[in-house]
Formats: sequence, structure tokens, C-alpha cells
Amino acid sequence: MSTILSFLTRTQGRSRLTFTDLLTYLYLTIGTVVMFGPVLWLVLSSFKTPQALVQFPPTILPYRQETAVVDGYDEPLPLFNVTLEDGTVRQLAQARRIGIEAQMIDPANPDDIIRVNIEDRTPVEQVVFSLDNYAEGVNRFPFWRYLWNSVIVTALATALTLVVNSMAAFALSKYQFRGRNAIFLLTISTLMVPLSVILIPVFLVITEVGWNNNLLGVIVPGAATPTGVFLLRQYMLTIPDELLDSARIDGASEWRIYLQIILPLARPALAVLAIFSIMWRWNDFLWPLIVLSRNELFTLQVGLNSFQGELQTQWNLILAMTVLTLLPITAVFAFLQKYITTGIATTGMK
Amino acid sequence: MAPLQNLLGSQRMAYVFVLPNLIIFGVFIILPMFLNFSYALTGSTQLFPADRPFVGFDNFARIFECSDFLNPNTCREDVYWRAVSNSTGFVIVQVALMVSISLLTALALNRKIILRSFFRSVFFYPVLLSPVVVALIWKWLLQQDGLINALIVSSGGTRVPFLLNADWARLWVILISVWAQMGFFTLILLAGLQSIPAELYEAASMDGANQFDTFRSITLPLLMPTMTVVLVLALIRAVQVFDQVIPFTNGGPGTATTYMVQYIYNTGFSNQTREYGLAAAASVLMAAVLLALTVIQLRVTRSNQSDSA
Repeated sequence: MSTILSFLTRTQGRSRLTFTDLLTYLYLTIGTVVMFGPVLWLVLSSFKTPQALVQFPPTILPYRQETAVVDGYDEPLPLFNVTLEDGTVRQLAQARRIGIEAQMIDPANPDDIIRVNIEDRTPVEQVVFSLDNYAEGVNRFPFWRYLWNSVIVTALATALTLVVNSMAAFALSKYQFRGRNAIFLLTISTLMVPLSVILIPVFLVITEVGWNNNLLGVIVPGAATPTGVFLLRQYMLTIPDELLDSARIDGASEWRIYLQIILPLARPALAVLAIFSIMWRWNDFLWPLIVLSRNELFTLQVGLNSFQGELQTQWNLILAMTVLTLLPITAVFAFLQKYITTGIATTGMK
Repeated sequence: MAPLQNLLGSQRMAYVFVLPNLIIFGVFIILPMFLNFSYALTGSTQLFPADRPFVGFDNFARIFECSDFLNPNTCREDVYWRAVSNSTGFVIVQVALMVSISLLTALALNRKIILRSFFRSVFFYPVLLSPVVVALIWKWLLQQDGLINALIVSSGGTRVPFLLNADWARLWVILISVWAQMGFFTLILLAGLQSIPAELYEAASMDGANQFDTFRSITLPLLMPTMTVVLVLALIRAVQVFDQVIPFTNGGPGTATTYMVQYIYNTGFSNQTREYGLAAAASVLMAAVLLALTVIQLRVTRSNQSDSA
């Protein structure tokens, strides 16, 4: 009991590794396995052949059985190590299998058939990281099309969000005008209205505008994020007003002040918002699922979902496509993880 | 832009700056909020409001037509009440697990340990994965011939058809959503822990306080505001669970993992007859739940602020 209690307690500056520390490392190590293991397993599995994927219990690494081309047989035959009655082990190809009996032949001498019990042979395997699943998947699944749609949606939506949110934040932080507080409150209060609550009317609006089955219907509705306005406004409040006033005295227009003073100074906050917007849009699922019903418009997430629905048994292709879908965001994370984690810790949003 | 400024004067340029954001807000959030009520109060399968006859509270009455609310089979909209009961169970268990595991992880990461930023990234990484990817990763692990079953068999058990059994499916939906999102809450709690001044701990250790005392009388009270934010955010998100479930179980087996948003989605967009009125009525009820949670959040944050002031 006391160890659990001490584990729950923060310590400052300890020179010796205590039991609590060991418990912490144990927890973190198990955590690492639980958090990373599933992703690693997905990646390793994606290199396996369909035969290896249905093997139970599964192997960790992607093994592939070696084959040999034998005269008189159209298909390459699988190779096995066979233990013969006299105890010697020979590498033979399997011509066919009948029940528990396997008919083996020596690739060098194809006319001589050796009958063995299937228990006496083990497959000749080697580890192969084969890209076959990826190649076939990209053919069967319009991956590039979906990737393109996802990139378009993510890029345009993020650009639009940055522009409209930063303009609104500029107005709300640097001007005194009638209705300012009302507009700010209205903006913040929509934080409580998630899209899932207003699905049907938003779908109507999209249909009326003619954006049903149009990427614009995915891009525009979520662009005016309340979190973005709030984040940028809080940041812009810290920019001194004197800077703007002296620019005005020098004859700069309000538009130029926005472009040449506000935007450059707000760059850190804009970067945080950009990262969030990219994450939101890349992973967005519910809304694209409703707006897009034509296959060629699917984003990666919607496409992957429909692909796994159609090909429930072809796990080799599903796994490869899943890996391709998680690669871009993993790359972004690898490069920007410091910004992402500090951004979330300071703004408390996702 | 300069002529526009000459016309309006520099202060009124503010209206020009807020306008684009306001238009998108108005058209895609504010207007739909009101239209939602119009849908909830009208019937038929027509999408355009002009074609929809006014039916008063019929849609709500249909949802509440039930002889025993604890037994969905006695309700006319039995799937709705199953979704409500599934969501309630999901929210309670998921939020409890989410907050406690996130807190435990944040406390571990807040200690003086080596590889701290590595471990922090490890726990955060799944947050970035899309719900579809998360669902497929776990669906693969939980296959009949999958890794989890292999581990069970190798330790002497028998294979479990996880996603074909209602209770297992419910449990795994909770576990994968905790797996996918706990990094986010851990990060917020960690930021809260790190904002507690170190002098307090030094003073406590000089006064001879043991670790349990320190946790109870310094860490816990000072972390309370952050805990509240985490709790409410976790609740609001849990009520809206949808994305991972569709590719993972598609609401099944049967309706075992059909939650509120999926009921709305199925009723409005996926079922043969598109009953927009019913779906909108269900949305209004869900919005009421979310509103209540938000009001509680505001209350609590405000009282916390006045406490510390």
C-alpha cells in the first residue's frame, strides 16, 4: 500500500533510484509497449503474405515460404525440409497434399515422388519485407486519388481557417466597435455546438448551396473555428497598440497593418493553429462521410472505411493501406512534436 | 482595400475584418442551430423545410413513447433508447478510466526520470492517428486469429470472438478510445502539475511531510482546476463518440455499440427512409445534455477562479 501511495506522490531531486522510481519505469515501459506495440504490429503485418496473415499463432516477423520452379508444374512449388525415415533431412518441393500425406519431389529429379506424413515436413522460410501488399493495394484502392482529395481538403481548409480566423481575431482584439462583445460571445458560445448536433441542417445548407458531393462542402463549414479565433485573439492582445498607432501615423492603411504588422507578429499562434487545423482536417471522418457519397471524391479516411467494408477478408491490402494513411501524420509528428505537445498543453484544445 | 477604408473610416474597418468569419459562422453554425428546431418539429422524409409539414412535438412524442424507459424493448424507438443506454454506460466507464489513467501517467511523467520527452511522445502519439486508423489497428489485433487471441492461447486460454460478443465489443470500444485519446488529457494534466510551484514541495519536505501527505494536501488540491477541465472535456467528447465505432464494429453486434451520434447518423443519413425529423429531435436532446455539461463546466471553473482570487 505504501508503495502505491509513494508512487502517486511527486518527488523532487532524488539521488538514489528508489522503489517508486522502479515502479515508474515499469509503468512507463508497459505503457510504451501498449501504446506503440499495436502500431508496430500493424506495420509488421502489412509486409506479410496473405498465407502468413491467416497463420495461427502468428509470427512476429513477416516470413515467406520459399518456392522452387519444377519442370512439369505451372506454378512454383513451396519448399519444405523433410525428415525422411532414415533420419536424413532433405529440401523437397510439395507437389500436392492429400489429407495427412504430402507428395514431395526433389526439384532436381521431378519424376520421383516421395510420400511423407505432413508432420515430418517444415516449411523453408525466410524473412522478407515485401511491398507486394502495397503495390496491389494501390492498384485496387484509388489511394492516390484519395490522398489528393485529403491534401486538397486539408490545405485549403487550413488556409481558409488561418485567414478568416486571424482577420476576426484582429478586429476583436484591436478595435473598439459596437457589437464587439456580442460577436465575441457568439463566437465562443458556438464552442458548445459541435457539428454532430446540427448534422441535418448543415447538410441542408450544403445541399442548397450546391456543395453536396463537392470538396467545398467539406472545407468551408468548419473553417470559422471558435478555438482559432479565441487562440489568436488572446495572442494578439499582447501586441502593443503603440505599434499600430505609429504605423497609422506613418500613413499605413488598416489592411496593411493587418498584413505587415499583425500577421508577422502573431506567427507563433498561427503556427499552433495551423498544426491543429491540419490534424483536424486530415483525420476528419463524420462530416466528409455525410457530404461525400461519390467514390472519386472520398478523402483517405472515408475511402479507407469503405475499402475495409468491401474487402473484409483481404486484410493484407487493408493493412498496407492503413499504414499508408498513418504515414503522413506520423511524419508531421516526428518533425513538429515539440510544437504540438506544447501547443496542446498551453491552449488545452485538440 | 484603401478605397474601402476611405469610405468607412479606419475604426469601422473592423467590421470588414470580422465579416468573413461571421458569414461562415452564421451560415454553417448559427442558422443550422435554428433550423434544427424546425426539423425536429416537422415530419416526412423531405429535406427542404418548405416541403415538410408541421407536426408539433410528434417526433419527441415518438421518442418518448415507452412503457418502461429502463427496458428499450417496450419503446417505440427502441434503438434510440438502446443508444442512450449504451452511451450512458460508455460515458461513465470511459471517462472514469480516461481520467484515472491519464492522471497516473501524468504523475509518472512528472517525476524526475530519464527519457522523459520520449515517454511523453509515446503516450501522445496515438492522439494523432485518425479514428479509422485506430479502429483498423485494433480490429486487426482482435481478429479471431489475431495477436491478442494468440497471447491468450499461448497462456492456456481459448480464443475469444471479441467483436462478435456484445460485452466484449462494448469493452473494447471503451479501451480503444482511451488508448487513442489519453495522451491528450495526460498532456493537459502534466501542464497542470508543472504549474504547481516547486517551493511548496520543498517546504512540505522540510516540515517532514511524507509522500502521501504531500500528494493529498498539495498536489491534489492545486491540480483540481485542471482535473475539472479534463473531466468535463472528457465527458463532452465521450457523449459524442462516433468516429472510431463505425469502422470498428459499425454499431454491432446487433446494436450493442450503437451510440447517440450513430443513432442520429443512421436515422438521418444511412437508413432506407431518411427520417430527418426524428434525427433532429434526437440531436436537440443530445444538445441539451451537452449544454448541461458545459454549464456545469462554466460554474465550476468560475467558482475555482473565485476561490483562487
